[in-house]
Amino acid sequence: MRFLDIQKMALHALGKNKIQTALTMLGIVIGVSAVIAMVSLGQGAQKLVQDQVAGMGESVLQIQGGGGWNQGGGARQGNDQQTLTEGDVDAIRKEVPTIKLITPIAQAQGQFVFGNQNWSSRVEGSNEHYLDIRGLKIDQGDFFTEADVRTANRVVVLGKTVADNLFQGSDPIGQTIRIRNLPYRVIGVLRAKGQSATGQDQDDTALMPYTTVQKKMTNSAIPRINRITVSAIGPQATGAAKDQITELLRERHSIRPGQPEDFRVNNLTEVAEAAEATTRVMTLLLGSIAAVSLLVGGIGIMNIMLVSVTERTREIGIRMAIGSRGSYIRMQFLAESVILCMLGGFIGVLVGIGLSLAIASVMGWPSYVSPQAASIAFLFSAATGIFFGYYPAHKAASLDPIDALRYE
Amino acid sequence: MPEAGEPEMSASASAPVITLKTVHKIYRTGEIEVHALRGVSLDVRRGEFVAVMGPSGSGKSTMMNIIGCLDRLTSGTYILDGVDVSTMSKNDLADTRNEKIGFVFQAFNLIPRTSALANVELPMVYAGVSPSERHVRAREALQSVGLGEKEHSFPNQLSGGQQQRVALARAIASNPAIILADEPTGALDSKTAEEIMRMFQQLNRESGITIVLVTHEADVALHAKRLVRFKDGHIQEDRSILPQDDVLSLLHPLEVEL
Repeated sequence: MRFLDIQKMALHALGKNKIQTALTMLGIVIGVSAVIAMVSLGQGAQKLVQDQVAGMGESVLQIQGGGGWNQGGGARQGNDQQTLTEGDVDAIRKEVPTIKLITPIAQAQGQFVFGNQNWSSRVEGSNEHYLDIRGLKIDQGDFFTEADVRTANRVVVLGKTVADNLFQGSDPIGQTIRIRNLPYRVIGVLRAKGQSATGQDQDDTALMPYTTVQKKMTNSAIPRINRITVSAIGPQATGAAKDQITELLRERHSIRPGQPEDFRVNNLTEVAEAAEATTRVMTLLLGSIAAVSLLVGGIGIMNIMLVSVTERTREIGIRMAIGSRGSYIRMQFLAESVILCMLGGFIGVLVGIGLSLAIASVMGWPSYVSPQAASIAFLFSAATGIFFGYYPAHKAASLDPIDALRYE
Repeated sequence: MPEAGEPEMSASASAPVITLKTVHKIYRTGEIEVHALRGVSLDVRRGEFVAVMGPSGSGKSTMMNIIGCLDRLTSGTYILDGVDVSTMSKNDLADTRNEKIGFVFQAFNLIPRTSALANVELPMVYAGVSPSERHVRAREALQSVGLGEKEHSFPNQLSGGQQQRVALARAIASNPAIILADEPTGALDSKTAEEIMRMFQQLNRESGITIVLVTHEADVALHAKRLVRFKDGHIQEDRSILPQDDVLSLLHPLEVEL
């Protein structure tokens, strides 16, 4: 018997029962599309974290001021204990050989006003190295200089979101905006970075010299430094830099051995890697849950195929009587279930891609359709066809022609 | 093998197509043994038209299954078209059915929702005949049973007689050594039955096809040339059907012949 004829026969048989075929296929379509959608979303998140590691600048360390970490975590701003000083920054710059660049960060929150447009955003005060440390780029205009920092000039570099909202498409460079009733000159706009892994808009920010933030935007008497951001001389040096900074600051802050530190050094790459590992596990988890539905789809196929073998017992008997070997019957039924699954798998891939794009756009997540996941899901569905189709096909093939012919 | 027979057509007219030698068939279901055939010996020569009669339980169906290579005998020998099929494997039996036997059943047994042409082609599909050759041969077969225009009809669009003719076309399309007909008129009205039987006769007379027909109706058996009557697993009567035979004379065995 010719191979092509088996395929034709199987297709013909599937075509005879279109609704049954479609419903059976639906199980596989749902299974495959769920796997692809879940894995794509997971991998999108993973890719985002990876991009962020790259976007954070290589080998960045963050020194966060304030104690009591175990109570509040490091992200709180404003009411952290003020422990980092300008002196710490100078000391690290001079005494830690493994660092390349360093900037103090002073943060504030402000209402930005331009004409009749209003926008509330956070302000990050830094020195002129911030762009290099964080791996940020200027889209329009310039960044502020060392001179701006020294003289605490009222200049500001806007994030894309802030610039878009205040200027509505007109050129912001050289314009004057007001923050807390003081005028600031816009000298640049940052290149857009998009969302962070936690869904934060990274472009909803503004940068200015930290000295300006300290003097004009915070009311405290002492110049305030929320964080110190440091880049190490290389990715391998981050560990050493962390240890050296910790040691230096303990000494400077007169912390006795065994006492908790009043600061914390975070290796951003490490944090990002941990986050990436988490998303990878999530991807695997989501994928395996979705794979269960593919399994259920496969069981559905087996069920329908078994029913179909019973329904077609007489037909099988006729085929055997006119000279079909058992193996041809087996191949025909197997071909039916494999075609069913592969067709379902193919539709499932398309639906899955559509689904992941749709979910991504609705939720505002990034979506990354992995060709790898798509092809694995497709092959897996074909394998499902063979696995769950074999038993019914075998059952059909082992029928006795006389009994099958007599079957009513 | 089939090629070798071609040149000596006339000489092989008397060569046996079917040779059964002391064939026994015993069915075992648990403790119970049913002795369905008790040493049946039978020769059917090429070009014969044999009617097999007998009451139910006489063993005629069992013998049909054995002749049709659907079932295997318990002991004895069965030589079909020069080949010993008594000890063949399942696959070889399937190939033998495909190559040498054309079946016509009481219930027509066409594949549903499949065109007449595709039904006739099916045995050739299993034989691995190329699609173009299959089409030609299936069309010819359908034309020879007078259904040339119905090749795209599905079985449910055809009358019983037409379905049986499609089944007949399917049986002859692959040029078998014998046609086995199991109560082919059992599901037809008498007029259609007569038509079908005429067609069998015509095929036998004009194309020299060997036909073995199982029936319990004497008027159907009258169309054949030879009568084999079964009783209790034995052949009770084996004789030619003569022109003077009628329904009544076929109903009861002639004691003299035994």
